[in-house]
Amino acid sequence: MKIGLFIPCYVNQLYPNAAIATLELLQKLGAEVSYPSKQTCCGQPMANSGYEHLTQSCNDLFIENFSGFDYVVAPSASCVLHIKDHLHSHADEKAASEIRGKIYELVEFLTDILKIDTLDAYFPHKVGIHQSCHGLRGLYLAQMSELVAPDFSKPKQLLNMVKGLEITELERADECCGFGGLFCIAEEAVSVKMGKDRITDHTNHGAEYITSPDLSCLMHMEGILQRNNSKVKIIHIAEILNSSSIKV
Amino acid sequence: MKGTQDHATLAEVFNRDEDRVDWHDGALWWIRQKRDRSANLTPQWEELREAASAIKSNVISNLHDYLLQFEDNLKKNGVKVYWAADAEEHNQIVYKILSDKNINQMVKSKSMLTEECHLNEYLADRGIDVINSDLGEYIQQIDNEPPSHIVLPCIHKKKEEIGELFHEHLGTEKGLSDPTLLTRVARNHLRNVFMTRRAALTGVNFAVADTGEYVVCTNEGNADMGAHLCEVQIASMGLEKIIPERKHLGVFLRLLARSAIGQPITIYSSHFRKPRPGQEMHLILVDKGRSELLARPDFRDSLKCIKCGSCMNTCPVYRKSGGLSYHNTISGPIGAILAPNLDMKKHADLPFASTLCGSCSNVCPVKIPIHEQLYKWRQVIVKEGYSASRKTFSMKAMALTLSSPEIYNTAGKTGRWILNHAPFAINNKFNPWYKQRDMPDSPEQSFSEWYSKNVKKS
Amino acid sequence: MSSRDSILAAVLKNQPPLTNLPDISGFKVPEEDVVEKYKNTFSGIGGLVYSAKNIEVIKNHIRENFDTEKRIVSTLPALSDVAEICSASVEPQSFEDVELSIIEARLAVAENGAVWLTEEVMGHRIIPYISQHLAVVVDESLIVSTMHEAYAKIADEAYGFGGFIGGPSKTADIEQALVLGAHGPLSMTVYLIK
Repeated sequence: MKIGLFIPCYVNQLYPNAAIATLELLQKLGAEVSYPSKQTCCGQPMANSGYEHLTQSCNDLFIENFSGFDYVVAPSASCVLHIKDHLHSHADEKAASEIRGKIYELVEFLTDILKIDTLDAYFPHKVGIHQSCHGLRGLYLAQMSELVAPDFSKPKQLLNMVKGLEITELERADECCGFGGLFCIAEEAVSVKMGKDRITDHTNHGAEYITSPDLSCLMHMEGILQRNNSKVKIIHIAEILNSSSIKV
Repeated sequence: MKGTQDHATLAEVFNRDEDRVDWHDGALWWIRQKRDRSANLTPQWEELREAASAIKSNVISNLHDYLLQFEDNLKKNGVKVYWAADAEEHNQIVYKILSDKNINQMVKSKSMLTEECHLNEYLADRGIDVINSDLGEYIQQIDNEPPSHIVLPCIHKKKEEIGELFHEHLGTEKGLSDPTLLTRVARNHLRNVFMTRRAALTGVNFAVADTGEYVVCTNEGNADMGAHLCEVQIASMGLEKIIPERKHLGVFLRLLARSAIGQPITIYSSHFRKPRPGQEMHLILVDKGRSELLARPDFRDSLKCIKCGSCMNTCPVYRKSGGLSYHNTISGPIGAILAPNLDMKKHADLPFASTLCGSCSNVCPVKIPIHEQLYKWRQVIVKEGYSASRKTFSMKAMALTLSSPEIYNTAGKTGRWILNHAPFAINNKFNPWYKQRDMPDSPEQSFSEWYSKNVKKS
Repeated sequence: MSSRDSILAAVLKNQPPLTNLPDISGFKVPEEDVVEKYKNTFSGIGGLVYSAKNIEVIKNHIRENFDTEKRIVSTLPALSDVAEICSASVEPQSFEDVELSIIEARLAVAENGAVWLTEEVMGHRIIPYISQHLAVVVDESLIVSTMHEAYAKIADEAYGFGGFIGGPSKTADIEQALVLGAHGPLSMTVYLIK
């Protein structure tokens, strides 16, 4: 199974450990993973700001990097969703369509494609799950609280395989953290308020770590946590699932 | 002046009082929870939403014939029918109906449409006094402020503030803030208004094409008190309020109050069909941008809206910024997708007042894909030139950087170097991120750099 | 071109291709005791509901619970010794002083506690709204489970006015505090008879 590893721009620059954990985890589970070195970004920041019409060259670069793999996997729900919904090409729509059909976020790749039911992982901490909106309502990684439908959660399913880990509860299971791309700058006041409220929900329930399939949400919450000198840490879910190799 | 400030500015002001934000946010979240409980108690809830959505799709696709059918039945029932292209024409029609009968006072029940048309002001300028009889709207009226929520007009006000308004306008005791006592005072005052006004105007929740009747839903009973006591009853409706058959009311009345406030039905769901003896009934069909919205394939589904407000209750941005931050009669997520069609320049900021979280689309009883339309409006707004030019410049720079691996890698390395060695360049008051958040720590190497050093290529 | 013509022309031009109406016959009637469900729902929303063996029981309840010195009206001839039997041929304002009105429902709905009244049973349209208190007599055999069944029963009846009424009037506009008694009646009592 040949996997093309897609590492989002800000993960690459600011959170390389999450990328390393993703790579190691996939390899441990038997995949042959390549990292196309000329990759940059999925184009979402521009598209969400109304500049989708400027993303063509970004899209073409993505297609160039990621054609020819069995799967493309990324440790980022929002980037994967963006590619699934918006990757198109005037030059090669067939290639774009193929990629859209085989790109997966890490959690869903593990539960739906590799279908793992055990993990050799150890993370003896209280962990709160932040359901990123793109992961939740976009990729359907878990049931959405608004719908009258049976409950399920892919992130929870995986975290339940990690020894020593206790999942903490939430008052509002899936309220948005307020990152929202450029929203976090353009509407700074509301964005931060939303982030603070999510953090309070987690800390009220005793979380020591907040995890998510999306580092954008975690980066935003981390900024607030650090500004307030909190002991609570953020951690991408890949690092927990790969945790037998974390030096704590 | 509030009308000229954008959502972000107004929201920042709203957020200066954090306790108040928590209170506002908590009140609306509680209503969202009531909606959830109510939905979970309703068998086949998701099928009901699907049916409502499909009925409204049919309505939009056959609106022309339904409007003719509705008009025909209204006339057979003895109701006078008018068509208004815009707010001005609507207001003129109402004025003429009243002035023809020498009426200079009217009582109104909830109508977002007439609020959008600024009907009260128009009539006041011409010597006709209009009182809003819905308690929340009455409170907003005496405070000279528009409603902040389409269902809960003064959800942003505290009872002490309302008590102060009643003291000033109705002579209640200073400091009185008990909701029951205040409501009783309003009851007595408005009862006299109902008794003495010869004209009443209502909105329309649902207009049934095959019977020519229309339904008005309230909890307070104010629409009925106005309508059954008056000589002249006027109903104002947007074209999109049509539903095809009476039996479809079963679907919509099961969804409306549950979605709005978690109640199985509004206390009063009144079906008006014929005038009573000695009374005139008039109905005004209003376009005001609706036929234009019908022409937009990406946005016409917003015409399905049944004005329940559930999108507002679930939206974290709405809850934490307040309806008045949206500078539009209809605020929140649905407001953000309706307003740009009415005035793109004035409301260009609204589709950006969102994180695109998608919660709104999930609670919408008619399944409008609100968050998808917000994304699409952003593309239109930028293309039509309503985006700040400096934003366009930086977006073009971003597009260039992200389409070139070399520029991207250099930019990344530079950014990390600055964070590590010259943080003061970024950690300052010119960086909005930095106001209440620390910047992320910067690793010495990116993943790309780590990979090229550590992973042997085969 | 009149506004009517230009609006209709614009709508015709802009509306999308026809999509069909869905089949809504598939909404199931729950397996339930509709009378019990009705009672629980109606009392849950602040209404008062009593089972009455016969009309005498109702009359006694009215005498005991309402101020019979004040004006009581009804359109039920059987209640003529506790209530004034009213007609629609007077000015609606003349009903301002009604303390209690008692009306017989056309049907009632268990899922939401509402009763369905049409103007014939109201006497005058204003009566169920202007009374300080409302009482409704409901024959248990006329209770249905859902609104779909209610509209099936209503069918295409050519009423001039009809209304569902689901409890005492109310508002929560002041800080979400529920207040029973807004502009309509302060209370609503349902008498269930067989």
